[in-house]
Amino acid sequence: MITVLETAPLNTVQDAGRPGYRNLGVGVSGVMDLPAFQAGNILLENQPDDACIELQTFPFLLRFDAPVSFAVTGIDADIELDGRLLLPWSAATAAAGQTLRIGLPRTGARGYICFAGGIDVPVILGSRSTQLRGGFGGLSGRFLEAGDTLCTGDGGASCTGYAALPASVALRNENDPASPSVVTLRFIPATDYLLFTEESRALFRSCEWKITPQSNRVGYRLSGDALRLETPVELRSYGIVPGIVQVPPAGQPIVQMADANTAGGYPRIATVIEADLWRLAQARIGSRIRFQECNYEESVAAMRPVGAWLDNLRLMVSRYRQSVFRRESVQTRGKK
Amino acid sequence: MTHSPERSAALSDRNARTVTDDAPVISMIGTRAMLFEAPGAFTMAHQRRIWALIDAAGQRSDVQELIPGVTNLMLVFSVPPEDPDQVSAWLRHAWETLPERHIEGRLFEIGVRYGGELGEDLHRVAEHAGMTPREVISIHHGNDYTVCAIGSAPGFGYLHGLDPRIATPRKSVPSLHMLAGTVTIGGMQAGISALTGPNGWNSIGFTEITLFDPLTESPALFAIGDRIRFRPERIEL
Repeated sequence: MITVLETAPLNTVQDAGRPGYRNLGVGVSGVMDLPAFQAGNILLENQPDDACIELQTFPFLLRFDAPVSFAVTGIDADIELDGRLLLPWSAATAAAGQTLRIGLPRTGARGYICFAGGIDVPVILGSRSTQLRGGFGGLSGRFLEAGDTLCTGDGGASCTGYAALPASVALRNENDPASPSVVTLRFIPATDYLLFTEESRALFRSCEWKITPQSNRVGYRLSGDALRLETPVELRSYGIVPGIVQVPPAGQPIVQMADANTAGGYPRIATVIEADLWRLAQARIGSRIRFQECNYEESVAAMRPVGAWLDNLRLMVSRYRQSVFRRESVQTRGKK
Repeated sequence: MTHSPERSAALSDRNARTVTDDAPVISMIGTRAMLFEAPGAFTMAHQRRIWALIDAAGQRSDVQELIPGVTNLMLVFSVPPEDPDQVSAWLRHAWETLPERHIEGRLFEIGVRYGGELGEDLHRVAEHAGMTPREVISIHHGNDYTVCAIGSAPGFGYLHGLDPRIATPRKSVPSLHMLAGTVTIGGMQAGISALTGPNGWNSIGFTEITLFDPLTESPALFAIGDRIRFRPERIEL
């Protein structure tokens, strides 16, 4: 069990999401940065869907009430176990009574605390993710608060002390411009792309869009030069998936994210490809993004490095742990 | 991947929407979703063909989720399709050949407290329609509505059947705290708000109703094809 000692709002329990209920109006939710979450669970040899805490506000402080292994991924920050600094993206084991403090990220916007065995909250509609709008899932459908306790699995004293190469290093986009403050997101033109003026389409691709403070798990609202339609259109409500870029009448695009409504009605200019959604999830308010067009094959191929990085990590973790367990069992026998 | 550059060129051409009256528009939304939009007006005949498409698409092994919209349908795939053009050709064929699907939905009779504080936009709707609030109310409950699709918020039903005389554009400044159960008009669509929160639709009344309960076996009260009949319980002008 763990106890939350200090937290600001916006931190929630999440897993890989709640697909399958969008036809009832229930959005997918789930972590914003899927690869970071997957890496965390792989580091602990968890099930792929074991739930974690998604951090969006810092600092965050918790106490371990029982020994458990854990990993913090997604961000680079001061991660302290009883004041001792830990590497980000590494597996560590806490003893009962120890505290974990996660400070402001140096890079990234969303941190993931994964625990061996995952967080045990009720599965509602197939997922442990917090559905904030519906007020269910996660811990009572709400943000975590100081004093909350959460049960973790019983993955106590397993071996730890190894780390993953952070996604920002392993999955660096070669097309990113020299300036590291601009994140490049690849997109596929969406349904209404050609309804925008040629100038607006060019602008969409060339502009450095600023991430406004009205950006959150529902969507990222961007600011830049206004995008215009050739002629206004009245659309009927249609389904939304994370990554879809809508343009409301004011001309400032919104990228829909994990907590998006399941339906919307604004014109759709583009969809950010799945392989790049985590980059947006880790881009901070105030930073800039650029959209780069790609085709279907490229966007499918773009998932391969993500899969390869995770496969590699899985293999590395399993080999490392096997060798440690073998060594330990040899030592144990030697003592007898 | 097996599909050729020519094929994918064809698909991105289709993403370049050509607006015609008789051909559906099919576009990829990223790599794992495809949106099918029916041509023509928002009629129940078109919506019934979308329902038929839901049935057929639900049989496909590559489909993870279906999101029905208003005369459109989004397919979410479990993995990116090998050949998106093949899927869109299948959709076109299904659209052209499937008969309308008639759903024998349930009839819900819903008592409404029209007007008052919880239906404060009644006067705005009346003004827009150029009639009295009482006339708006009698037109609103004068005919049955059909649930076309569930979406936006958990359990929210998009209703077909609003009399065009009382259709009213959404508000430019949304209400920040509209209660769940508010009876609303948004353009040509009618509804009952499912969650308390910001809402741009016009409120004309209120009903005590829970549209969604995640802990029950069928969490959404309404299903597509259900019919809604409003009945005035009280009128506050």
